[in-house]
Amino acid sequence: MAAVQETIDQVALIDVDQYKYGFETTIEMDKAPKGLSEDIIRFISAKKQEPEWMLEWRLDAYERWLTMQEPDWARVDYPKIDFNDIYFYAAPKSTPGPTSIDDVDPELLKVYEKLGIPLREQEILAGVKTSKIAVDAVFDSVSVVTTFKEELKKAGVIFMSISEAVREHPDLVRKYLGSVVPPTDNYYATLNCAVFTDGSFVYIPKGVRCPMELSTYFRINEKGTGQFERTLIIAEEGAYVSYLEGCTAPQRDENQLHAAVVELVALDDAEIKYSTVQNWYPGDKNGKGGIYNFVTKRGDCRGNRSKISWTQVETGSAITWKYPSCILRGDDSRGEFYSIAVSNGYQQIDSGTKMIHLGKNTSSRIVSKGIAAGFSQNTYRGQVSTHRKASNARNFTQCDSLLIGDKCGAHTVPYIEAKNSTAQFEHEATTSKISEDQLFYCLQRGIPTEAAIALIVNGFVKEVIQELPMEFAVEAQKLIGISLEGSVG
Amino acid sequence: MLEIRNLHARIAEDGTEIIRGLNLTVKAGEVAAIMGPNGSGKSTLSYILSGRSDYEVTEGDILYNGESILELDPSERAAKGIFLAFQYPVEIPGVATMQFLKVALNEQRKFRGEAELSTPDFIRRVKEAAAKLQINPEMLKRPLNVGFSGGEKKRAEILQMALLEPKLCILDETDSGLDIDALKIVSDGVNALRSPDRAVIVITHYQRLLEYIVPDSVHVLYKGQVIKSGDKSLALDLEANGYADIIDAAAA
Repeated sequence: MAAVQETIDQVALIDVDQYKYGFETTIEMDKAPKGLSEDIIRFISAKKQEPEWMLEWRLDAYERWLTMQEPDWARVDYPKIDFNDIYFYAAPKSTPGPTSIDDVDPELLKVYEKLGIPLREQEILAGVKTSKIAVDAVFDSVSVVTTFKEELKKAGVIFMSISEAVREHPDLVRKYLGSVVPPTDNYYATLNCAVFTDGSFVYIPKGVRCPMELSTYFRINEKGTGQFERTLIIAEEGAYVSYLEGCTAPQRDENQLHAAVVELVALDDAEIKYSTVQNWYPGDKNGKGGIYNFVTKRGDCRGNRSKISWTQVETGSAITWKYPSCILRGDDSRGEFYSIAVSNGYQQIDSGTKMIHLGKNTSSRIVSKGIAAGFSQNTYRGQVSTHRKASNARNFTQCDSLLIGDKCGAHTVPYIEAKNSTAQFEHEATTSKISEDQLFYCLQRGIPTEAAIALIVNGFVKEVIQELPMEFAVEAQKLIGISLEGSVG
Repeated sequence: MLEIRNLHARIAEDGTEIIRGLNLTVKAGEVAAIMGPNGSGKSTLSYILSGRSDYEVTEGDILYNGESILELDPSERAAKGIFLAFQYPVEIPGVATMQFLKVALNEQRKFRGEAELSTPDFIRRVKEAAAKLQINPEMLKRPLNVGFSGGEKKRAEILQMALLEPKLCILDETDSGLDIDALKIVSDGVNALRSPDRAVIVITHYQRLLEYIVPDSVHVLYKGQVIKSGDKSLALDLEANGYADIIDAAAA
């Protein structure tokens, strides 16, 4: 209840077309020259003091990438990206790598403070927040700080930037990196393999339930910079982890590229819960600027009885191309995908999931809620498939779209492929508009239009909001309210 | 409290005139019943009073506490104390009844410059009001009106009315779809809200409701006009003899 009230207050406070996180911070940056070449990749690798095998891996991917074509099957439209006009590496000068919080540039801390991220462990420990969240903060190309490291270490959990992990835990990284999303996977994933700069690495040992939520905040700050983060999460047998990811960027006229790869590995009886609140700058009301968000996220339920659950709230980006997927390899494994995708203005979203049933008795559940307003286009694209040997696979898919206004579009493109006769797949889809009757009813009770829309929309997405960890649920509800401002004339 | 002067109004979309020179005055403390055959404009009147944009006022005025409300949007009218109990309350999926009540109450308070209610205070008020209407607290956790029975929907409307404490209550065929027990509970709820500073307009087809909510005045609406006004005996007369005589007399 309080959350909805806050949503409404938030809506009341902010003018239409004002992106809350649109500030820019002036911090001295260390950048690689613009453009992409072998030399740039060597530069990035050297900056990160990477071992030789890592550099080789990057260069292989780069060679492969040069032979690939940009995919064009998604329902999104944008001018061709000039990859030679992008900075592939930018790091705050004062931050050579992750350090203790005392060594971080105070300017940077201010940025994260503005974003409301609890970096200061002291504050958290002092009881400012009741629950504890360990945070890894990534600013442009590098991770600037990771909190609660010591406490996590006691539990045997490794949570650090991937650059550090490459140096400190090379065996683990080599074993799992690229094992879910291979370097040859797709155009953007391959590009990421060549140039990824930073991201988070999580390892939960056998039988350990991670004692706190882990979280990464990504911030693109520097002009003309691409962000290519790479996240790898491994849950050993019987382990459990809940991981949150948040993203923001300054308001800019030009488009910025974000091409991330996230890989999850769950072994026998392990469970990974991955939540995202994506709020990259969506562009202005005329569709100028905004982030191109081309992301490959995939989880591998490698072990029997393992479970991977994706929850995403997508409100930002000019273009979103994102399909968090589950490979249900282990017997009795389970995949889940809960999604809220809000588009307004001229945003284009093409997002969904893939559930690949390979093991026996696997099950998956997809709940997608798309909300389109303004002139936006909102597409759900999902694939559910069973392998010939995957007996008793089950899937339930529910795709609901809500339209606000009459200039936007909602599209549902499900691909269903059952190669085993014991499969049971269900697909339900609805498209609706906020009805005049609902709106008038709320108004008649004294609830003004924007607050009424926020209320009705939050009702529409409630099923998914419930899947988010508490801290994110409140933030997500606020965001949805803000994203839809000005959607009704 | 309410003065409707020579009101003319039409459907915005196709220009069909529904209200044609309607005059009506309702004083504070008064319960006024509006009756009339189907299609006479009763429900339309309730929508126009509450400001629904599907209708356009082309002539005349509506004065509420001496001020014209024609320029106010529906939420402003609501915050100023005009409440409409809907004939067909709409469903709002995913929004718990309790949550809806809280948002509505606090939005109205905000509009009037009052502080928000604290959660314990709010819950206490809701529970008291719900108990009076024999509403199961479990129902308040369910999404508003979703899967409610006819009786539950109407009781939920009266619950909202009791909590929002409006000054002008308009009940649009609140008796439709109610069995006799539910009718009595709802009527008791409305009667409990009668007070010298509150007016109630009861729109109904049937005398039956008026046995429970006894009106101070009865008005017959026909073709968008009030063609006859009287006291509660007029309703009994209509029940016995129908509208034909009154319509003929008005036409003569």
